[in-house]
Amino acid sequence: MTERYVMSIDQGTTSTRCILFDHSGRLVSVAQREHRQHFPKPGWVEHDALEIWRNLERIAPEALAQAGVTPGQVAAAGIANQRETTVLWDRVTGLPVGRAVVWQDTRTDALVEDLGRAPGAALVPERTGLPLATYFSAPRIAWMLDHTPGLRERAERGEVLFGTMESWLIWNLTGGTDGGVHVTDVTNAGRTLLMDLATLSWDDDLLAFFGVPRAMLPEIRSSTEIYGTARRVFPGVRIGAALGDQQAALFGQTCYSPGETKCTYGTGGFLLMNTGKEPIRSANGLLTTVGYKIGDEPAVYALEGSIAITGALVQWFRDGLGLITTAPEIETLARTVDDNGGCYIVPAFSGLFAPHWRAEARGVIVGLTSYITKGHLARAVLEATAWQTREVVDAMNRDSGLALRELKSDGGMTADNLLMQCVADVLNVPVVRPMVVETVSLGAAYAAGLAVGYWADLEGLRRNWHRAARWVPAMDPARRAAEYHNWKRAVERSFDWTRTGPVPAEDHGPT
Amino acid sequence: MPGPVQSIERAAAILRLLAASSGRLGVGELAASLGLARGTVHGILRTLVRVGFVEQDEATGKYQLGAALLHLGTSYLDVNELRSRAINWADALAARSGEAVRIGTLLDGKVLVVHHVFRPDDSLQAMDIGTLLPLHASALGKALLAHDVNAAASIRGTELEAYCRRTITDHRALARSLTRVREQGWAAEIEEMALGEASIAAPIRGHGGLVVGAIGVSGAVERICRTDPSAGPSAGGAARRVPDPGLVAYVRDASRAVSRDLGASRW
Repeated sequence: MTERYVMSIDQGTTSTRCILFDHSGRLVSVAQREHRQHFPKPGWVEHDALEIWRNLERIAPEALAQAGVTPGQVAAAGIANQRETTVLWDRVTGLPVGRAVVWQDTRTDALVEDLGRAPGAALVPERTGLPLATYFSAPRIAWMLDHTPGLRERAERGEVLFGTMESWLIWNLTGGTDGGVHVTDVTNAGRTLLMDLATLSWDDDLLAFFGVPRAMLPEIRSSTEIYGTARRVFPGVRIGAALGDQQAALFGQTCYSPGETKCTYGTGGFLLMNTGKEPIRSANGLLTTVGYKIGDEPAVYALEGSIAITGALVQWFRDGLGLITTAPEIETLARTVDDNGGCYIVPAFSGLFAPHWRAEARGVIVGLTSYITKGHLARAVLEATAWQTREVVDAMNRDSGLALRELKSDGGMTADNLLMQCVADVLNVPVVRPMVVETVSLGAAYAAGLAVGYWADLEGLRRNWHRAARWVPAMDPARRAAEYHNWKRAVERSFDWTRTGPVPAEDHGPT
Repeated sequence: MPGPVQSIERAAAILRLLAASSGRLGVGELAASLGLARGTVHGILRTLVRVGFVEQDEATGKYQLGAALLHLGTSYLDVNELRSRAINWADALAARSGEAVRIGTLLDGKVLVVHHVFRPDDSLQAMDIGTLLPLHASALGKALLAHDVNAAASIRGTELEAYCRRTITDHRALARSLTRVREQGWAAEIEEMALGEASIAAPIRGHGGLVVGAIGVSGAVERICRTDPSAGPSAGGAARRVPDPGLVAYVRDASRAVSRDLGASRW
């Protein structure tokens, strides 16, 4: 019998990757292409959706060729995508309407503020599990409809379609203007602010609140089911899954039971905890989100806590301060000292995310004395990621009533051994790293393989998960408590910084 | 005797100019100063950027001395950088071979374990990053000894400690075994460090072929080795064991992949 594979497409913020996996979940080939980041104005971030589609047209055949595989040997393809990035396109020409507005884009901040004061604003968190924020898609759709002449009318007539990246790619793969399938999955639809978290369908009240015409929306489907068959790029291959990237990582880490939690450490950090078949409303600043939905089975929900700055603090240490030349050197520098020397860095560069949600906070370095060296600062940088993880985990434990027993970590920063040990120490639970750190891609592949029976069930996928490393807590409990207390004090000192009152007279100096 | 190598002379002149300059210099400025064609200077600069001796400013396209020049006397490649660059390939090696993977570098006459991937059978295993292994009794160590003159120099004239009956304790025997390692491009050790254990390793190279570390698998001798069909029973009556050729191929593939990632062109 010919070997068969599953194809995974990870449409990320900076690049698109195509990876083939074999039946044991092992990586067989990788092809990748970056796309341009457009910054037309301060706070604006855009992608060219057509460029992203063309990148996929190039990398998918590359990945197949590298492995010497024909489309006929691909059992299914799955897509994981950057979440909340908003694409509008013309149903007739197949061309995007303007550039895609990326999740980092904050052009809707004034609009979101207005909407927050409008009647019905309380509906948004109630129905969607998410706060009304610039982060999500609906305000972006509204903004685009408001700022492009004639667009709203065309959208109402169904001539203009909305989708996040997975919708755009599936529509194009399944034929585009020639019968392309216009669908999204529950994890992506759940990040628009337009979907009712309980019914998993578009909510008329929310559509009215944001002024988004129903005719432009994709059909909401499960995360794993066959949406259609590709007619381009890899003709004949069934498209069997779509998931937002963080949910894909949860799936790839095989967090299938309530309480199982993963953290992806990249520029920022994303913790997701599986909370089972009922959505849990957070009282501690976390997002309630759909984890995944397999075929006709009930949806599985998750609590999400995002940390704005983790790896980005290391990048700042490298590029902004120039104290290291490559990111991994932070560990070398941190190991030149035994502890932080009493120094703490709170990286609230643009406020603090979960669980604080303090937009007005700014970064602080506290505890500076003449004793502090760059080695202590390097330690404080790594510890900042660990303590921020602890804060989110504490919030998750409180909301879910489940106690985290082990953290599954992935992402680039898992190569930092000192950081992973530090996370285990401050959480007081073991931290494990899976053999395949490409968990986003693996999750999309798993979901697609499940849809077509390439893998039989979740238990089979669990057996593919192998531990590559495990860090066990080795910190004295008294010291952990004292350090956590210090960290919390440091965080408090970052609050309110941008809330400046009038400058007092004495600060103007003698007159 | 061959004459001086022209391109190296020119590269040295470019470095001197950049070192003397108070700011960054463009290709045109360098070419004009040296009386060379822009294309020639550009080619040399690209090579110097590749090895890290020169850096190009993204915004202006101009050049300055690179950080690697400042660290010329210290470590060539940060060990945490090495782990970060090798992590995907080390995982792939563990997944394919089914054995534990380690990456080692030279530290004070020993092998420092800088990366460790568990054997993928989900049994309880302890991380041993930071552990020191003997150079002469581990496959990682032998791969380093055979290819790194500094490693070889670090144990010259020292007593080679015996860990097992099979440990090589004679310097001349070790030299012979290292010649074989160089010829075949990989090293192995069978019950030379611990009874019942064996390991296979190959060197990791950076720019210009410089050996920066070694990567290998280790585990129970029954899994790492197989019986050599070409050899008769040894004096003790037991069949002769050789490293499993399939595992050797996996280890060599991984070492080449990491080396390519680090910029070694021929491996």
